[in-house]
Amino acid sequence: MTHRSFLWFIFPSLAAMVLFIAMPIVSVFLQSLHVEHPQVLIQTENCGPFGCKQTTTVDSEATAALKSEKPLGQFNGLDTYTNRNHLAFTEVSNAWATSDSIGNFISKLMNLPFYRALAFTLTYTFIVTPFVIVLGLMIALGVNRLPKLFKGPTIFVSLLPMIVTPLIGSLILFWMIDAEGILGAALQRIFDDNSLSLKASPSLTWIMLIIYGIWHSAPFAFIVFYAGLQTVPKDTLEAAMIDGASRWQRVRYVVVPYMAPLVTFILLMQLMDNFRVFEPIVGFSAEASATSLSWIIFNDLRGGADPLFGSAATTSMLTILGVLVLLTPVLIRTWRTSYRKMV
Amino acid sequence: MSKASEKRSPALAICATGFVIAWVVVASMPFLWTLWGSFKVQGDFFSKADWTNAIFGIRTTVETGGPYTGNGYYGAWVEQEFWQAAINSGIVVAATVIISLTLGALGGYALARSGFRYAFWLLMTALVFRAMPHITLVSGYLLPFFEWNLWGHLPTTIIVLVAINQPFTLWMLHSFFLNIPKDMDESAMVDGCTRFQAFWHVIIPVMWPGVITTGLFSFLLAYNDFAVTSMLLSQDNQTMVPRISSFLGTTQVEGNVMFAVAAVVSATAPLFFLVLFFQRQIVSGLTAGAVKG
Repeated sequence: MTHRSFLWFIFPSLAAMVLFIAMPIVSVFLQSLHVEHPQVLIQTENCGPFGCKQTTTVDSEATAALKSEKPLGQFNGLDTYTNRNHLAFTEVSNAWATSDSIGNFISKLMNLPFYRALAFTLTYTFIVTPFVIVLGLMIALGVNRLPKLFKGPTIFVSLLPMIVTPLIGSLILFWMIDAEGILGAALQRIFDDNSLSLKASPSLTWIMLIIYGIWHSAPFAFIVFYAGLQTVPKDTLEAAMIDGASRWQRVRYVVVPYMAPLVTFILLMQLMDNFRVFEPIVGFSAEASATSLSWIIFNDLRGGADPLFGSAATTSMLTILGVLVLLTPVLIRTWRTSYRKMV
Repeated sequence: MSKASEKRSPALAICATGFVIAWVVVASMPFLWTLWGSFKVQGDFFSKADWTNAIFGIRTTVETGGPYTGNGYYGAWVEQEFWQAAINSGIVVAATVIISLTLGALGGYALARSGFRYAFWLLMTALVFRAMPHITLVSGYLLPFFEWNLWGHLPTTIIVLVAINQPFTLWMLHSFFLNIPKDMDESAMVDGCTRFQAFWHVIIPVMWPGVITTGLFSFLLAYNDFAVTSMLLSQDNQTMVPRISSFLGTTQVEGNVMFAVAAVVSATAPLFFLVLFFQRQIVSGLTAGAVKG
């Protein structure tokens, strides 16, 4: 294929990606360096029969004019990055200086919105991902030995949690685990504690969100592993059997090594998807006890009367950096394996 | 795996079967429960006192005269005009799928057929783009869209969803195109076809399974999206998923959670049928990327 025809074929797709993925990243960067205009205030003197009073009012017309003239806001440099709502350097160093133990420091850190969100996002990502891989492999091994008649329906049912809209899936679980719902009420009865509820307990909320994440993503790992199992060579398995390998040993030394590239693939996909956890927090209305990086961006843009573009953009930049850090090891691995294959 | 080895360990067989049954229950119960409960009144769906109420509909019988009621569906579809959101969803999803596939097929074909080094780098860049959380991109769009008066319209959302879809679509179609032997288009070109004619008349006809599979995933991405549609669409143009989330804000006050429950069931139904008819394609699509590495 010539360079020229390559360019013609790739052009529409490339243009879409440059315009709506690469440019927004530039736009996010520019916005993160700016901050909203302060409101224009005017001092007026009201004189009445009891003397004169100074009053300060917001000149909404002048504020609006300033906004429409410079929609980006005023230049703020990297100040938004270091303020309390983001990296909070001053607060962190204060907390470090004043706390006597690591636990104390961490609890102070958890009061800062960015670190709170980061903590949940990382916990979610690094707990859900391994559980999904292990559970997916177990389901795949289990389904693989079912009689043929049951395989199709089992796969059908297994696909449902993955295919359902994340917001809808989390709402469905939320209604069941709600204090009035079937699971919530059952839990209260089991623990004999009428005040037990998802909303009241942060740790319960975290656990619930993580369970939702595993429920939602395990089918993906299951399907990939199940398809991989169909391609494990039967000869090798039989040879292992003849050599006296137990079932466990066959899984450990034949099946698992064969699945290793699939694990890399699932790992890559899961890291990407779990790091942007967002919908479950909206669905479970969990923002009081758990926020994620995506959620605080959403909240900056939607929460107040006016969207806080600068603040949202700064968190976005930090999130993008996080994604890059997270992906680097996997990308290097993919580069090593497929670069040689392709070129 | 041979049958003989399984017979030797009945304990393991019971464990494995029990595990699969447990998984099937965990995967399907929430859906069945919500589907059943959507035909009840709120007092039954959230029946703290006695969970069997939700199954037999005791309160539903008291309040409406029968064990089943369609009040939730009536409220959602007629009173809250959920049909409008359903139409919007239909438009957005159909347009996104068609445009994504067109752009993705052209680009994926080019990437699969060129041995150039930059094709590889393009694929890696697409992978990084695929990892960008959607909400970070949305925060980049919002201000320019407000400024240029593009915010709130369906076409804007469609083109954004297409672009966000592209990295994934490119990767998937690229791996399907790699499975088609190069000889096919090369011999067509020897016979006098241009590159595009070879693509259109020779390759696309044998690519239909790959195109359909990729289309299914584009469908899911557009249909399931919340981050983009909730931020970029105005109230009148909302699609189903953001509409459901805005139900929650308003209906809980009125005590009509059942509207949201009915809307959730309605929005899940198309996905259910999608899996029912296209299970094989979905499974093959999920594994296409994996097997290729």
